Amino acid sequence: MADLRSTFLGITSPNPFWLASAPPTDKKINVLRAFEAGWGGVVWKTIGAQIRNVSSRYSGFSYRGAGPVGFNNIELISDRPAEVNLKEIREVMKAFPDRAMVVSLMTENNRESWHELVKKTQDTGVHGIELNFGCPHGMVERGMGAAVGQVPDIAAQIVEWVMETATIPVITKLTPNVHSVVPVGRAVVEAGSNGISLINTIQSVTGINLDTLVPRPEVGDHSTFGGYCGAAVKPIALKFLTSLAQDEVTGKIPISGIGGISTWRDAVEFILLGASNLQVCTAAMLNGFRIIDDLCEGLRNWMDEKGYKTIDEMVGLSLPRITRWEELDLNFHVVARIDQEKCIRCGKCYIACEDTSHQAVSLEAGRPYNVYTIKEEDCVGCNLCKIVCPVPDCITMTEQRKGAEYLNWSEFQRRNMPL
Amino acid sequence: MTIQKNRLSEETYQANFQDIHPPYRSEESAVREAHRCINCFDAPCTKWCPSGIDIPGFIRRIASGDDKGAARTIFTSNIMGVACSKVCPVERLCEGVCVFTLLKEKPVAIARLQRYAAEKALRRNWKLFEKGRSNGKRVAVIGAGPAGLACAHTLALNGVAVTIFEKEARPGGLMTYGIAAYKVTTEACHEEVDYILSIGGIELFCEKELGKDFTIKDLQSKYDAVFLSPGMGKTRRLGIPGETLKGVYDALSFIRRIRTEDRAQIEVGDKVVVIGLGMTAIDAATQARRLGAGEVTLVYRRSEVEKPCSDRELEIALLDGCRLLWLTAPVGIQGKEGKVTGLVCSRMKLGKKDSTGRRLPVVTGETFELECDMVIKAVGQEPLGDLFSGKDITDKNGKIVLDDHFMTCIPGVFAGGDAVNGGKEVVHAVQAGKEGAKAILGYLGR
Repeated sequence: MADLRSTFLGITSPNPFWLASAPPTDKKINVLRAFEAGWGGVVWKTIGAQIRNVSSRYSGFSYRGAGPVGFNNIELISDRPAEVNLKEIREVMKAFPDRAMVVSLMTENNRESWHELVKKTQDTGVHGIELNFGCPHGMVERGMGAAVGQVPDIAAQIVEWVMETATIPVITKLTPNVHSVVPVGRAVVEAGSNGISLINTIQSVTGINLDTLVPRPEVGDHSTFGGYCGAAVKPIALKFLTSLAQDEVTGKIPISGIGGISTWRDAVEFILLGASNLQVCTAAMLNGFRIIDDLCEGLRNWMDEKGYKTIDEMVGLSLPRITRWEELDLNFHVVARIDQEKCIRCGKCYIACEDTSHQAVSLEAGRPYNVYTIKEEDCVGCNLCKIVCPVPDCITMTEQRKGAEYLNWSEFQRRNMPL
Repeated sequence: MTIQKNRLSEETYQANFQDIHPPYRSEESAVREAHRCINCFDAPCTKWCPSGIDIPGFIRRIASGDDKGAARTIFTSNIMGVACSKVCPVERLCEGVCVFTLLKEKPVAIARLQRYAAEKALRRNWKLFEKGRSNGKRVAVIGAGPAGLACAHTLALNGVAVTIFEKEARPGGLMTYGIAAYKVTTEACHEEVDYILSIGGIELFCEKELGKDFTIKDLQSKYDAVFLSPGMGKTRRLGIPGETLKGVYDALSFIRRIRTEDRAQIEVGDKVVVIGLGMTAIDAATQARRLGAGEVTLVYRRSEVEKPCSDRELEIALLDGCRLLWLTAPVGIQGKEGKVTGLVCSRMKLGKKDSTGRRLPVVTGETFELECDMVIKAVGQEPLGDLFSGKDITDKNGKIVLDDHFMTCIPGVFAGGDAVNGGKEVVHAVQAGKEGAKAILGYLGR
């Protein structure tokens, strides 16, 4: 059976699933519950600077009644004194010595503040430190969080200060609120960060109360940009993860993947694109800690089915499969095929292709059911019909190469071939 | 065995006649169901709706929280959207062809969603339509049933001044007088009619009957066109001995009393036999049970394949404890001292197909007697016959004959509804009213 035990920067945990620095890891009572449920580790919610929180704090983004697919928050770092947090951290570690305990930190931008915070944190015996360079709201205005993570020089400076004192592994958590995450990633790695985690939340407005015209989450008559997370951000997180994992500098150090991991499938995808550890928050907030069972079991079942024994052997396996556009094979060509046995005649493929794509689905009118077939000669293989089809495997994309040889855009241009 | 009233307590009557398909209790529930709809293109449900409601369209609007838009979408095609959501045999229409049924999954609850949006519009009295600017034309409509109301509404929308003449005391036609109370209450019918008429431009005169109070000729002299939607006449005669015995009822009169009188005052037998298996037969049988009849048996001369009622209707009857005898035709009603004591039946078998493609029942020669004290006839209605004095506008079956433009052989006189189709669903009547109105507008030269 597959072994889910994980070692990240030398920090061991019974499984690769840690709870990310966030409300679920804010207090002893929550973390004890998480560990009882079976979570491999936690990144304790950021401590350091003194703050006050507002009410309300969260808002959801639902689509087609599917519950919140996206989620945002305007909560800040821990609003309890560092001492209280550190005392509770010690107590939790005593109760669950086999779980990973990493603490997220954020403080004023000066050497003394960081030195002091790092020292008193590692004195508790925690396994690692995560630097919060990603919080997109509240702290930014005070020159912290994403304000740090958006400027490579400042980020590198702070990492240097931290590394002067740190005796335990240091992970730097990056913000996605940048054009490219690579410059900051390289800066913190070159400054000595042992690992990287990403993504933090994305600045967002989830919606507006159409009665009061106040955007969400509402704090009285106003709102503010919140950090977006949840299932909806996964594709963005995977992109950022890939850019870092493929980079010659940042790709050399371990990466903890964060951003919309809700099921074991998401977890597998993060691992395949270079994450050797996984952090989860929103899925737990929406469902409770019990989802750890499904995450572990699904991951283990998939690994058993595919013959993988450990997490480490899977890390980054899909990275070589993401290439630059100009490397793609122009001779590769697929066309859609509709399985008439499975088709339920909803016409979604037809209207999607007819209105917005290549008019490659033909309609034979019937009462009450029309028959839809693909006009193969007009099909460009865009996948749209397959995406809108409500029946799994009803539409398949079948390969019909345009030519035998591999031919990419660079070669196409070099040979001066006609467009 | 006796026929008697006051069989149940007031609470039991109440419980027995409450809404059989309760509406959604919350907007959330409706929205959740609306999201199940995958929004088909050229949707089978819409194609199978006789009034052509844009079903994915109204469901999309519910899903996005635009209930007003949903209601307008429904009423644009079917002004009796509330009633139809309750009485349409949807498993034979929209819901029966929902693409989910091809996956052996439950269809989207189209009727219940329609009821949600349409009823909300009615309750909140949303003004979704306005009568058109007057074009000086006047049209008379005979009968304030679904066909007449739909016709009047479309005409008013297009600036025609409409006058409806209704022979009964209240409008609504069979919706008001001929449908089981647990499907649509009489009060709900009146609210719906009021809502339809609130568009303005429609005058309604009740207790005015064609052929008695006025003639088509009278109307022709005052109006630019006439729309006939008088419905059908009395329940058909069985043509068997004993039909005049005490204890023989016709289904429509029976249902009409349930809808207009105190339920406790309506007598039913200990053993009731209902003849026929259309929607009206089911409504009569189930309501006889719900009024406290000891035993109710439906007899039908054909088999289950040919049955005119829907599966869901049949299910209601069976769940109410009604018994069903297939391939059973009545041949005589037995009586003692002028009162019904039994129904002699002939056992049938299926023979050749008739013109409708259904196999005809033929006698086997075997007969038997069903003991009963009450017989309810529900074998369809007779056409109204020659109310129109003048030209014969009906065929040999008494149905009004129309040309391709929904006009009778009398110029300017149009028709629709049961009087034309011989008795179909409310939704067919609504569609006929709409089509008639459009034809009239064409005729009036708009």
